[in-house]
Amino acid sequence: MSANIIDQCVAQGVPFARDYGGLLDNRSFGGVLVSRTFYAKGQTGQQLLLGAYSAMNRQIARGKITPFNRHEMLDIVKVDGKARGIIARDLVTGKLERHSAHAVVIASGGYGNVYFLSTNAMGSNATAAWKIHKKGAFFANPCYTQIHPTCIPRSGDYQSKLTLMSESLRNDGRIWVPKNIEDVKAIREGHKKPTDLSEDERDYYLERRYPAFGNLVPRDVASRAAKERCDAGYGVNATGEAVYLDFASAITRYGKEQAKIHGIQNPTDAKIYELGKGIVEAKYGNLFQMYEKIVDENPYETPMMIYPAVHYTMGGIWVDYNLMTTIPGCYAIGEANFSDHGANRLGASALMQGLADGYFVLPYTIGDYLSHEIRTGKIPTDTPEFEEAEKSVKDRIDFFINNKGSHSVDYYHKRLGNIMWNKCGMSRNAEGLKEAAAEIKALREDFYKNVSVPGSADELNSELEKAGRVADFLELGELFAKDALVREESCGGHFREESVEEDGEQKGEAKRNDAEFAFVSAWEFKGEPSDAVLHKEQLEFNEIELKQRSYK
Amino acid sequence: MNLTLKIWRQKGPKDKGSMVDYKVSDISEHMSFLEMMDVLNEQLISEGKEPVAFDHDCREGICGSCSMFINGEAHGPDRGITTCQLHMRMFKDGDTITIEPFRAKAFPVIKDLVVDRSSFDRIQHAGGYISVNTYGNTQDANAIPISKYAADEAMDAATCIGCGACVASCKNASAMLFVGAKVSQYALLPQGRIEAVDRVKNMVAQMDLEGFGNCTNTGACEIECPKGISLENIARMNREYLSANIKD
Ligand SMILES: Cc1cc2nc3c(=O)[nH]c(=O)nc-3n(C[C@H](O)[C@H](O)[C@H](O)COP(=O)(O)OP(=O)(O)OC[C@H]3O[C@@H](n4cnc5c(N)ncnc54)[C@H](O)[C@@H]3O)c2cc1C
Ligand code: SF4
Ligand code: FES
Repeated sequence: MSANIIDQCVAQGVPFARDYGGLLDNRSFGGVLVSRTFYAKGQTGQQLLLGAYSAMNRQIARGKITPFNRHEMLDIVKVDGKARGIIARDLVTGKLERHSAHAVVIASGGYGNVYFLSTNAMGSNATAAWKIHKKGAFFANPCYTQIHPTCIPRSGDYQSKLTLMSESLRNDGRIWVPKNIEDVKAIREGHKKPTDLSEDERDYYLERRYPAFGNLVPRDVASRAAKERCDAGYGVNATGEAVYLDFASAITRYGKEQAKIHGIQNPTDAKIYELGKGIVEAKYGNLFQMYEKIVDENPYETPMMIYPAVHYTMGGIWVDYNLMTTIPGCYAIGEANFSDHGANRLGASALMQGLADGYFVLPYTIGDYLSHEIRTGKIPTDTPEFEEAEKSVKDRIDFFINNKGSHSVDYYHKRLGNIMWNKCGMSRNAEGLKEAAAEIKALREDFYKNVSVPGSADELNSELEKAGRVADFLELGELFAKDALVREESCGGHFREESVEEDGEQKGEAKRNDAEFAFVSAWEFKGEPSDAVLHKEQLEFNEIELKQRSYK
Repeated sequence: MNLTLKIWRQKGPKDKGSMVDYKVSDISEHMSFLEMMDVLNEQLISEGKEPVAFDHDCREGICGSCSMFINGEAHGPDRGITTCQLHMRMFKDGDTITIEPFRAKAFPVIKDLVVDRSSFDRIQHAGGYISVNTYGNTQDANAIPISKYAADEAMDAATCIGCGACVASCKNASAMLFVGAKVSQYALLPQGRIEAVDRVKNMVAQMDLEGFGNCTNTGACEIECPKGISLENIARMNREYLSANIKD
């Protein structure tokens, strides 16, 4: 499948890197030890997106797609149980619109912003997914979140989002913290620099714990290991939430290699550094520049600081093999659905899934559904179903505009984010999850009493847009905690402190419980998140055997 | 640090608009420019006033939406970055900062600092693609070898994020750097060559229709472009355009 996708994207003009022979070049990526990932500079994801965008432009030019820029879907409309349209708001004029259709496809991305801080774009939200959930689409595995190990650490309370440093950096960077707590203190207080520490004084904790995979362990393992060190007090910046990603050995290694290639006998250390730096610069120059702009430190001279951040949500709308949700005629594709990744996701596979859903699966499965609708004709929008859906959307907007409370939308979003990060983050336990559910519910009640949305409903109003999204996050967050509580095992990105290996080589590592938990949790909405009903979809594995992962 | 901000406020497309002064205090040098704007907006909301509208999404230099003209420069005083990547350490205590939208006839203001750049979308509808269907069955990507140099150059052109800084910086409000980058990405690759003639003609025609100005080789666009798109791309587009018209 992935080879097909590369062929497709190349045909569309995505400039994948080539080697000197003119063939596709590749490199290794987190979670694997062999070079098997094709790439386009440090921005493969962005280029695949632009490729899809160009294909859409072609269809727009041919009149097959009508784009509605600056519009937000705010509800789905069902007629006789089937998805028959949506209510959308023109974000510029504030006008509510009715759009009817024979099928509805949700491609609205993931819900990582339920944590307030994540690597997701500021506009990413769960509203479309949550609205269809409330109208009958099951929501699967909401607690499955990917927390990415290589992000730039938070610098203060004003932080609005987190920046991902490409995973490719882990190919050449070595992750460490000081071995001695005194050195940590000295570094935080500015008395010592990381480069002052000798090899003996450093703890390359991934290489120590996972000798086989070292710095290339999967994202969830690398993230938890960083948290473990920082929780133990070894974090290297003022907030205590940062570890080093060091390129010094890579620079030396590449420098020596280059010296050999160029036939330089007995190169000086300075020459080795210069040659090695050149290679690192060619590979990661743009990322290093980005880091320097944000943190104001030169990563060629001093190690980078990184810390895990919320990056991707494996959970999402439940779909069948045809990508249809439990609402007939309503489909969900891409990060918005729960398919493909299970409890974990390996590097580079999100776009593989999104492109496969959109290019290779949906065009065939939706055609089958539509073939039964050939005689349906155009669906009118002046019906009670559309009327009612539009009214409920309008009522909610009017509520926010008229509420005149005392706190901004961000005030609530940040509080929600705090609860999520502390109690539903990289490691979870029953007590914390119960508290989280109760705290989110209380926060939601306070939100409806005291939120303040300035401006009016009939203009561009970003506070109003955010208010609707945060209201939905405040419900989704509670379901998230409830789901995490039910899953009493550790698996993939979901780590339950009660479920760890007690002894042996794997002591302290995540412990699965396949006998009891080899199922998808698909939640049905029943009014309040706490009333949601669990449907278990049993997972059957025929070709592979389920087993504990080992990166030792 | 404490700052004075002079910001363009415009209620809607038809409103005349004007500069309004604001004061912000305790701004940390580690904040990004947009985080400073967040602080201002929180302050305005708490005073019962309307926050300043501005476009932003990725906040890491990818989406190209954060179009601000800061102290007379698109994306502000730093180089090789977008507004969202600009940090407050570029300013000092007591500074006055002027913040305006990207201005061009083809980028009408929607509200405050938000402009409508759908003219860029329409230029891409006119030819910013290769005519291939998206349901698989394409040929093996290695069947057409591509020289590393051509692939790298196409990649450099493909880094354009469509932010419009080139237009905002140009005294003629020309979109040649943007269109040049899009034309080049495809013209440099064998898969894109097949439609190269139609593509350049259609995209240039749409660019003119949208009301973008002409290029008089001042080069301000290249300096302000956050992605380092080079003037070489304009030259390549001109060559493509000339030879396309000769072929007619
Ligand atoms: C910084 C970063 C780097 C990444 N790098 C990689 C990588 O290298 N490789 C990889 O495989 N994956 C990567 N990922 C993950 C991958 O990019 C995402 O999973 C993928 O983009 C999701 O695609 P999507 O089309 O499903 O959703 P999105 O790309 O999130 O698109 C959803 C769209 O829906 C719109 N939308 C949402 N709600 C509504 C609504 N109610 N009405 C109308 N529109 C709405 C949004 O505005 C958005 O345009 C990365 C993610 C991030 C954040
Ligand atoms: S060429 Fe540069 S300045 Fe112009 S739109 Fe592209 S990235 Fe922005
Ligand atoms: S917000 Fe995306 S480039 Fe600035």
